[in-house]
Amino acid sequence: MKNMKMRFFVLFVGIIVVTGCATTTTNKAFQTSESQVQLRSIQTRAFDMTDKTAMMQAVISTLQDLDFVIEKADYVVGSVTGSKFHGSKIVKITVTVRPRGNKQLLVRANAQYGIYAMDCPEDYQDFFITLGKSLFLKAHKVD
Amino acid sequence: MKQLYVLIVFAFLLLVGCTTVPEGLLRPSEDYLEMRQLQMRKYDTTEQEMIMSSVVGVLQDLGFTLDESESELGLIVASKKADAKKPAAVAGALFLDILSAIGDGYSGTSSTGPSLTSQQDATQLVRASVITQNSLDGDKIVVRANFHRIVYNFNNEINKMETIKEPDIYQNFYDKLSKAIFLEAHKI
Repeated sequence: MKNMKMRFFVLFVGIIVVTGCATTTTNKAFQTSESQVQLRSIQTRAFDMTDKTAMMQAVISTLQDLDFVIEKADYVVGSVTGSKFHGSKIVKITVTVRPRGNKQLLVRANAQYGIYAMDCPEDYQDFFITLGKSLFLKAHKVD
Repeated sequence: MKQLYVLIVFAFLLLVGCTTVPEGLLRPSEDYLEMRQLQMRKYDTTEQEMIMSSVVGVLQDLGFTLDESESELGLIVASKKADAKKPAAVAGALFLDILSAIGDGYSGTSSTGPSLTSQQDATQLVRASVITQNSLDGDKIVVRANFHRIVYNFNNEINKMETIKEPDIYQNFYDKLSKAIFLEAHKI
């Protein structure tokens, strides 16, 4: 009898695992694994320069060094979007550049791998190191 | 006892999740300096507009259509659909399909799955992004082009996606660009 109860319990847990809680798939598209603040700090760096054009051109050449093909760029918004292939998955990235005060530029990158958001700090670290090298500047962490 | 193990395994799966994103996607690959050499050319001029319109001209010569451009940054994005059939491969697949159809006829069964012929490369979409910008010393224009392509099979499914790294593709592009700049400069 005890055995039977246990079996039901296992089955129950199994069903919960399979069905999950009552989230619709629409909600899934808007879920993030990190908090808003954390995500911003992972994806953003400040650079000590004010030339937006030079920064955007550096972003573009960095993306090209990383094998990305640029799809879109807009100077006014300060955005650059590119994509590349990794096996059968598409890696897509958007980088935005905007002024921070009148001495710095704020650069934010966010990337996606297939259907997964890239939220690993190391990946963005890699990106900003490469970008910094092409500018001969150091990237500052932003709180 | 067994059930307990099952529970523990379930709990672990829930906690650990899976690491799905491979490492180092935003790190330059080992051959990035080589790719730079391949994809970049310098031109002894400061007329960025002229270079940009020459780039557009070459892309048009190659049958590309423009998707996007941002003159402020010197960006041009273009794409082209092209044939990707390899006649020998298609013929081979067709031959195998016929053999398997004959085999099915003999055994009275029907083979499952799509035919080999429909799996072969059929069309490709090539995308190009070209950037023209001032060189660091400011007296030259640097052009950098890169291409990638998506290959579809006869069922319109994606067969492969890749960055184009063949040197002669880039060489050909820049040969044409040099010619176009000459033509542009002489208003031909």
